[in-house]
Amino acid sequence: MIYVHIFIAFFIPGMVGYGGGPASIPLIEHEVVTRYGWMTTSEFSEILAIGNALPGPIATKMAGYIGYEVGGVLGSVVGVFSTVTPSLFLMIVLMKLIFRYKDSPRVKRLSKIVLPAVAVLMGSLTFDFFQTSYFSNGIWATVVIAILSFLLLEKWKVHPAFVIIGGLAAGAISLG
Amino acid sequence: MKLQWNLFIAFFRSGMLGFGGGPSTIPLVHKEVVGTFKWMNDQEFSEVIAIGNTLPGPIATKMAGYIGYRVGGVMGLVTALLATVLPTILLMLLLLASFKQFKEHPRVQGMTKTIVPIVGVMMGVLTWEFFKKTKNDFGWKWGLLLLIGCFIVMEILNVHPGILIGFLLVAAFIVPVKSRKESL
Repeated sequence: MIYVHIFIAFFIPGMVGYGGGPASIPLIEHEVVTRYGWMTTSEFSEILAIGNALPGPIATKMAGYIGYEVGGVLGSVVGVFSTVTPSLFLMIVLMKLIFRYKDSPRVKRLSKIVLPAVAVLMGSLTFDFFQTSYFSNGIWATVVIAILSFLLLEKWKVHPAFVIIGGLAAGAISLG
Repeated sequence: MKLQWNLFIAFFRSGMLGFGGGPSTIPLVHKEVVGTFKWMNDQEFSEVIAIGNTLPGPIATKMAGYIGYRVGGVMGLVTALLATVLPTILLMLLLLASFKQFKEHPRVQGMTKTIVPIVGVMMGVLTWEFFKKTKNDFGWKWGLLLLIGCFIVMEILNVHPGILIGFLLVAAFIVPVKSRKESL
């Protein structure tokens, strides 16, 4: 039964998440944290942090790890399979058909209409992360870390992997 | 066999060198597929991306699977897909498993606490990008209306996001296209 749930939890984000893997992050969170309660927002953010610090596609890293946490090796395989297969299958089977209609305004509209929904989900996930941080770090530490990491990432263009490693190191030193 | 090995190398390299999720690996895959191994020309490659973008789901695996299939059949599909996905999942398991082992240690707890607001900032930046895209595609008025509508449906009425998006997709497909032929 757990494997059916894992399949559903990653099938839905894979099928409705337009805009590549990053767009499916809040959809995965909705299944994993809100719907199935497999982990807390804080645990989810840890996984996302490690995922962002590593190279490669994010959706399969999340599916592979969360699937493993919930259902072992088979769970991991099911998670990755249901993330990857449906859209890939559609692409190979429908290639000719989509190719004929790829410039049709209806088809172009498909990937656009999803944007506002994904934006709202991402915004709500951002809020959840800051709320979690507020409860565990307090307001000042949250504001200081947020501003500092924003400057590092966006202004000084430091590689996200280094910002995350730096954050982990700072946390280990200050709270050790 | 040589072909399968090349497919593996091409997608392993672009997977391991690309940070920031699948979309950021597109130029790396392009370099391998069009530049290094010459399996496709520029136009064929951009067609793969264009079609990949009309479908949902992660782009990296759609690219790998499709290109692998075209170049090396079903076996090529499996090779390219595994090369894209497997190495980073294994790294992820390794890192998080060792992390978990020391979960009770105060230093590790400190690490998990500081990381939350940083991920919050990253998610916030991503959110901003999707807001901007919404604005660019729909304009201020319609963009804002759509955002508020989606917010009410998902966050206040607690409708499952999959249902809302499914509804939007069907609507986008059914609603007739305005006959502004000159702008199409």
